Amino acid sequence: MAYALQQLINGISLGMIYGLIAVGYTMVYGIIGMINFAHGDVFMIGAFVALISLVMLVSGGIMDGPAAILIVLLVSMCVTALYGWTVERIAYRPLRGSFRLAPLISAIGMSIVLQNYMQVAQGARVKPINPVLPGGVTVLEADAFVVQFSYMQMLIIAVTLAVLAIFTWLVTRTPLGRAMRACEQDRKMASLLGIDTDRTISLTFVIGAALAAVAGTMYLLRYGVIDFYIGFLAGVKAFTAAVLGGIGSLPGAVLGGLLIGLIETFWSAYFSVQYKDVAAFSILAITLIFMPTGLLGRAEVEKV
Amino acid sequence: MAEPILEAGALTMRFGGLTAVDAVSFTAMRGDITAIIGPNGAGKTTMFNCITGFYRPTGGALRLFRDGTPVDLHRLPGHRIARAGVARTFQNIRLFPGMTALENLLVAQHVTLMAATGFGIGALLGAPGYRRAEKAAIAKARHWLEATGLVDRADDPAAALPYGQQRRLEIARAMCTDPLLLCLDEPAAGLNPRESEELSALLRSIRDGGCSLLLIEHDMGVVMRISDRVVVLDHGRKIADGTPAEVRADARVIAAYLGEGDEE
Repeated sequence: MAYALQQLINGISLGMIYGLIAVGYTMVYGIIGMINFAHGDVFMIGAFVALISLVMLVSGGIMDGPAAILIVLLVSMCVTALYGWTVERIAYRPLRGSFRLAPLISAIGMSIVLQNYMQVAQGARVKPINPVLPGGVTVLEADAFVVQFSYMQMLIIAVTLAVLAIFTWLVTRTPLGRAMRACEQDRKMASLLGIDTDRTISLTFVIGAALAAVAGTMYLLRYGVIDFYIGFLAGVKAFTAAVLGGIGSLPGAVLGGLLIGLIETFWSAYFSVQYKDVAAFSILAITLIFMPTGLLGRAEVEKV
Repeated sequence: MAEPILEAGALTMRFGGLTAVDAVSFTAMRGDITAIIGPNGAGKTTMFNCITGFYRPTGGALRLFRDGTPVDLHRLPGHRIARAGVARTFQNIRLFPGMTALENLLVAQHVTLMAATGFGIGALLGAPGYRRAEKAAIAKARHWLEATGLVDRADDPAAALPYGQQRRLEIARAMCTDPLLLCLDEPAAGLNPRESEELSALLRSIRDGGCSLLLIEHDMGVVMRISDRVVVLDHGRKIADGTPAEVRADARVIAAYLGEGDEE
C-alpha cells in the first residue's frame, strides 16, 4: 500500500512533465494540423537554458533556493519561447501552402538541427547539477517503507497546475485564446474576420515552447542530469500522451501525460524497468485500436 | 447619395483554361442593396470570393471607397480586406461550430479588442482598458443578438442552433466587424417563406443603419423586394445592370434564365 502510494506520487510528478510537453504538441496539431516533431527538442533547449541560468545564478553566488528557481523558470520560458517562434518562422511558415508532408519533414530536420546544435554548443557529455531543493515530507511510514513526498515533486505539481491554470484561462477567456480557437476551427474564416492568422499561429508556437520550457526546467531540477538527447524520448512520450488523450484536445493532453507517467512508474515498480517504454507504447497501440480518436478526442465528422 | 462604395473594373478570374469571371465592371453605391444574380455557374460566387479575398483575381481592379478614399482590395491579404471594411457570409454556413453564439460574435471583434489591450498583454494583466473593451464588445454582440433574435441562444454552441438561426448568427457575426460593405452569399437559401420575410426585414434594417450590402441570391422574391440595384451575370459576363424593374424586363436576362434563343 505504502509502496503504491509512493509510486502514485512519482507517477503524477512525472506525468505532469509529460503533460506540459503534450500540450504543445496538441496545440500545434489543433491549429495547423501538423505534428511538430521538433517540440521534444524545444523541451531540451528549455532544460539547457534553465541549466545555464541556474549555474550562473547559483555558482555565481548571486542567489539560491526558491527565488533562483523562479528566475530560472522565467528566463527559460522567455528564451525557449524565442526558439519556438524562430522554428516556426524559418522552418514551417514558408511551407504552409505546400503539400502536407513538407512541414512534417521540415520538423524532423529541425529536430536534428536543434539536437546537433546543442551537442556542438554544450558538448555531448551529460550535465549534472547539485540538488537545488533537497528534502521532503514523510507522508507515511508503514512496513519499514517510508513514503516520501519531496519538495521538488511538490514544486513540480504546484508549478504545473499553476501554469496550466493560467494557460486554460488564456485559451478560454482572452481574445487571444478565442482567436486561437477560431483559427483551429476555420482558419480561412478567421482571417476573413480580420484575425492575423500568421501571428496567431506564431503565438501558439511561442506559448507551446514556453510550456515546454517549464517542463524542461522541472525535468532538470527533478532528475539533475540532462544531455542533448533528452528531447527525443521525452518528445516521443509526450506525443504518445497527446495521442492517447486525443490529439487536438487540451485537457486530453494533460490526462494523457498523467496516464503515461503513471503507467511508466507503476510498470517500473511492479514489473521491470527495462520494459517501461514498451509498456507505455503498448498502451498507446491498444488505445488507438479501440479508440482511434483517443480518450477525449472528437471524432472527425465528415461534412456532407 | 450617388457615392460609390465598391467599384469593380474589368474584374477577371481564370482557373486554368476556364474563365469564371470575364472582365466584369460594375459599381455598387453607398447605402444601397446591390444584388448579383444569374443562373448556376454564372460566376457569382467566384466574384464574391475575389471581393472578399478568398481568391486573388487574375486581372482587373477592385476598389473599396472608405470615406471617399479608394482602397485597392485586389492587393490586400485576406485579413486586411476584412479590416478595410468588407465582411461576408457563406452559402454553406461557416460558423465556428465549437464556440458559443456569443463567442462567435466576440471573435469577430478580435481586431478592436487586441488593439485595445496592447496585443493581449493587457488582457493577461487584467488591465482596466481591456475590461472596458471587453464590456463594449459584449454590448455590441448583444445588440446584434437582439437584432437577429438570438439573445436566448447566446451561450449555446453555434453547431447546436437550427439552420435558420445559424444563418442569422452568421450575419450578426459579419456585422460585428463593423463593415462598410456586407457581402451575403445566398442568405435566403433553405429558409421558409416566413424566415425569408424576416431576413428581408433584417437586411433592410442593416442598410438603414448605414451599411451597404452586396448579395447573391436565387430567391427572386427576396431580390426584387429588397434590392436597389441588380447586376445580372451569365457565363462570367455582365449582361444587365439596373433597377429590379428594368432587369426584370430585360430580354437578355429572360433569355439567360429561360434558356430561350441563344443569340450568340
